This record gives sequence, C-alpha cells and structure tokens, in this order.
Amino acid sequence: MNDKKLIYVDNGATTRVLPEVVEAMTSVYNETFGNPSSLYSLGRNAKTTLEEARERIASLIGCDPKELYFTSCGTESDNWAIKGIAANALKYNKGKHIITSKIEHHAVDHTLKALEKQGFEVTYLDVYENGIVRPEDLEKAIREDTILVTVMYVNNEIGTIQPIKELAAIAKSHKIPFFTDAVQAVGKLDVKVKELGVDMLSMSAHKFNGPKGVGALYVRRGLLPANLIEGGGQEKGKRSGTENVAGIVGMAKALELAYARMGERAKIKEMRDYLAKKLLAIPYTRLNGDKDIRIDENVNVSFEFIEGESLLLLLDMYGICASTGSACSSNSLDPSHVLLAIGLPHEIAHGSLRITISEDNTFEDMDYIAKTVESVVSRLREMSPLYDAFLRSKE
Amino acid sequence: MYNEKVMDHFMNPRNVGEMKDATCVGEVGNAKCGDIMRMYLKIENDVITDAMFKTFGCAAAIATSSMATELIKGKTIDEALTFTNKAVVEELGGLPPAKIHCSVLAEEAIKTALVEYFKEIGRDYAELEAQIHSCEDCESCSHG
Repeated sequence: MNDKKLIYVDNGATTRVLPEVVEAMTSVYNETFGNPSSLYSLGRNAKTTLEEARERIASLIGCDPKELYFTSCGTESDNWAIKGIAANALKYNKGKHIITSKIEHHAVDHTLKALEKQGFEVTYLDVYENGIVRPEDLEKAIREDTILVTVMYVNNEIGTIQPIKELAAIAKSHKIPFFTDAVQAVGKLDVKVKELGVDMLSMSAHKFNGPKGVGALYVRRGLLPANLIEGGGQEKGKRSGTENVAGIVGMAKALELAYARMGERAKIKEMRDYLAKKLLAIPYTRLNGDKDIRIDENVNVSFEFIEGESLLLLLDMYGICASTGSACSSNSLDPSHVLLAIGLPHEIAHGSLRITISEDNTFEDMDYIAKTVESVVSRLREMSPLYDAFLRSKE
Repeated sequence: MYNEKVMDHFMNPRNVGEMKDATCVGEVGNAKCGDIMRMYLKIENDVITDAMFKTFGCAAAIATSSMATELIKGKTIDEALTFTNKAVVEELGGLPPAKIHCSVLAEEAIKTALVEYFKEIGRDYAELEAQIHSCEDCESCSHG
C-alpha cells in the first residue's frame, strides 16, 4: 500500500489524453474560441478549424467529410443511428424487426431494449464460446420486416473482433441498413468505412487518447436516420448544439496519432500475450473470448472460486487499475451479459478480470501485474468456501 | 464507494479461516449470485466463545462477515438470536444501498449456524429457521 506505483491497464474504459492532443485543444480554447455559427471572423475561424478537423478524420476513416457528423459521445452516436432508423421505419411503416448480437455494449443493447418496449422485435445473434457472431446466422435471421442490422465491431469486454465486412455484405444484399458500434475498434484497427461496407459507424474520442465528451457518427450518403437532437441546425441540421470545437480538434489529432502508430502495435500484442500466458498459468483460470481474433490490447480471464470486485479492489491497493464483469460492479446480481453469452456459468463470470493495455505499459508492468494478481487470487481463494469445497471434493 | 472502516475489514479481515473445532457451521448464499458465506461458531455454556468465517464475494461481503464475527463473539445464545444485519451495517459506519444484501447474508449465516446448534441440543428451531430466506425468495438476479 505504500507502493506509489500506478499501473493503468483499463484502456478499454478510457485512455490518457496525449500531450499533443491537449496542446491542439488548448490552442482552440485560447485562440479559436468563437462560435462556429457566428458571422464575424472569430466565428468563421472556428468554423474553418472545425471543418478541417472533419476533413482530417474523414480522410483517416475513408469517407467524405459530408458523411461525418460530430456528437457528444459514442453512446449518443449509437442512440442516434438506431433510434433514427427505427423512427424512419415507423414513419414509413417499413417493419419493426432489428437484428443485433448478444454481446452489444449497453449503449446499443439498452437502446434496443427501449425500442422493444415500443413494439419493435429484436433478434439477438448468438456469439458461441469464442465470442464471435457467425455470418450464416445473420442470413438466417433476416426477415421481410427487418429494418436494421447492428453488430459491434470490437467487443468492449472480451475484445473479440466481429466479421463486420461479411455481415455488412449480407445486410446489403437484402437492402437492410447496417450499423456498427466501432467505439472499441477505431484507433486500434485500420478502420476504413468504405472497405467495410457499413452504412453507419460510431466512434468515441476518449477511447483513442482523445478527450471525453466527443463522438462521431459516419452515415453513408443517401441514408438519413431521423434526428435525435433538435435545435439550432448545426451539423447540416442533423445534430443541433454548438459544436465542441476544441474536443473535435482533439479527436482529429488523437486519431491522426493513432493511425500513425498503427504499425507499431506489435509491442502491445507481445506484452498482452506475455501477460496472458502468465495469468493462464494460475490454476483454475480460463481465457474469455477467442484466443486470436481479438484486439491486441485485451486480455480477459476468469479465476474460479473468487469474485471480481474483491479482486479489483485488492489490485487497486497495489496500484493496478483494471476492470471486471462481476455483478458486484453493477446494480444487479447478474454478471456481465457478455460473459454469460459466451457460455460462462454465473459463478465463473463473477470472477472475471479485464486488462486492456497500451503503449504506455512495459514488460516490467506485465511481470508486476502477473505477480500481484497471482498473490491476490490465492489470498481470496484462501478465504473462499467455494475453493475449500472444491479441494475437499478432489480428495 | 466504501468508507475506511469497510475497507479496513475488507483488507484486514478479522477471524478469517476455517475453525477445526467449531460447534456449528452455517453456510448461506449462492455462487451464482456471487456470494457465499460460511460461519463457524464455537459455543460453550450457551455463550459464543469464538466465531470465524470463510466468504466468497465482494468487498462488502468480506467486510460484513468480518464485522459480524467480531460482534457475535462473547454473546450468549439469547443475545445472538436478536442479532440483525443492521448492527453490522451500523458498526461498519454504513454500506452502499446495493450492498445491504451482503449484511443480510452475514446475519443469516449466523442464524443458520445456530439452527444447526439447536438441532444438536434438541431446542425448537422453527422460529429461527423461518427468519432465514432462501435463494428462491430473492428476485435480484435472473438465473432462477
């Protein structure tokens, strides 16, 4: 506890804002603080700065700047894409069936649950033991009245990468709009929307070393999800509210840096594999999610006979910031829907640990994490009646 | 989220471990819900002379187990029958609302151990047993 060490390995939750990003944002706050809608030069300059940022981001993800809309966060982008298409379907009486996966982030999952209450019907595609949707299941699930397919690109808990290109192609062959929540993918994978063939894609700046409070939604030209937010007509009338110019500039800078670093990700994968191997050497431990088809920074394991919240709090005492899918980190007694969807029994889902590393980490960090986790797990097992019962049953 | 006292009992749990010569043992909870508590009591001349626990669960579950064993030690059986989770919560200086459930488990683990003791000494345990809820009565999770 006297150890002043701080090891941040919860980059799936949020990331450190890079100094270059802070610098770019500070300059906007100091010098280009005008309202982009104002007519005088200070406002016009802000507008120019905003549109430059839009062009830079659009060029990185491979779309036309006109197809990119800024929002306040990934959750807003997800809500807008889904509710916007649902509202259109209601208006034109096109159908009420939506297809998604069993492992979507709450921003998508809870939005769909809200639509179910309004009479929409949702099919949740299975993800099997490896945490990945099978394209043939989508083909089978499509109906005459399907109005939207929404499947996340990268899962936030187990890091699995979904076959978005294949899924989008299937949706397209049925002329159904395809949306992907790419909040955990953008900045980590070389996302190019046209190559993926998606109709809409959401992203969030704080997941790739940008600021919190800035998101974006790519909407393919020709598709017009109904507005979520009305007001002064910003973003071509599609998303009102004074633009977060500094945040958007920060997002552009962060994404440029992320794409520039894309070739240097081998080190992250090496560190992750090194850590995963050490963690999996702890007895009665399993890896959650596909071993290979997952983003480089993610390792998610379950330790049998212990509970995740205790584990996290003890790790915090040793300066390690990580996360869990245990119920005790939520308001219900149910563990993560993602871990249940990949077939984990409740009791094992409660003992999960998610570590999401970044280039800020070192191999020494991995050694320290592995050593600390091992000692904390054995300490908790020592006091666990489940472990005790298990040992007895083995005798 | 947790106050210092709760964190202290979580980080440095009192009376944790197995009691080899326990008079009675009570276990409650369900691994599916993420918490199981096992209480060991040593009873001599109708007085609880020692209490120990083993718990699978969150920080609140461990802290409430620890505090419950501290509070129950030295109590007579009749005093122990009036023991409630509120005493544990108060002594810990409060728990987040979502964690009150854990303190209930601590109370029920002790009462379950006492039921076992009553069975052994031939005392009527019906009233005491009725105070203990089963997992099936709880609607906090979906596993059923």
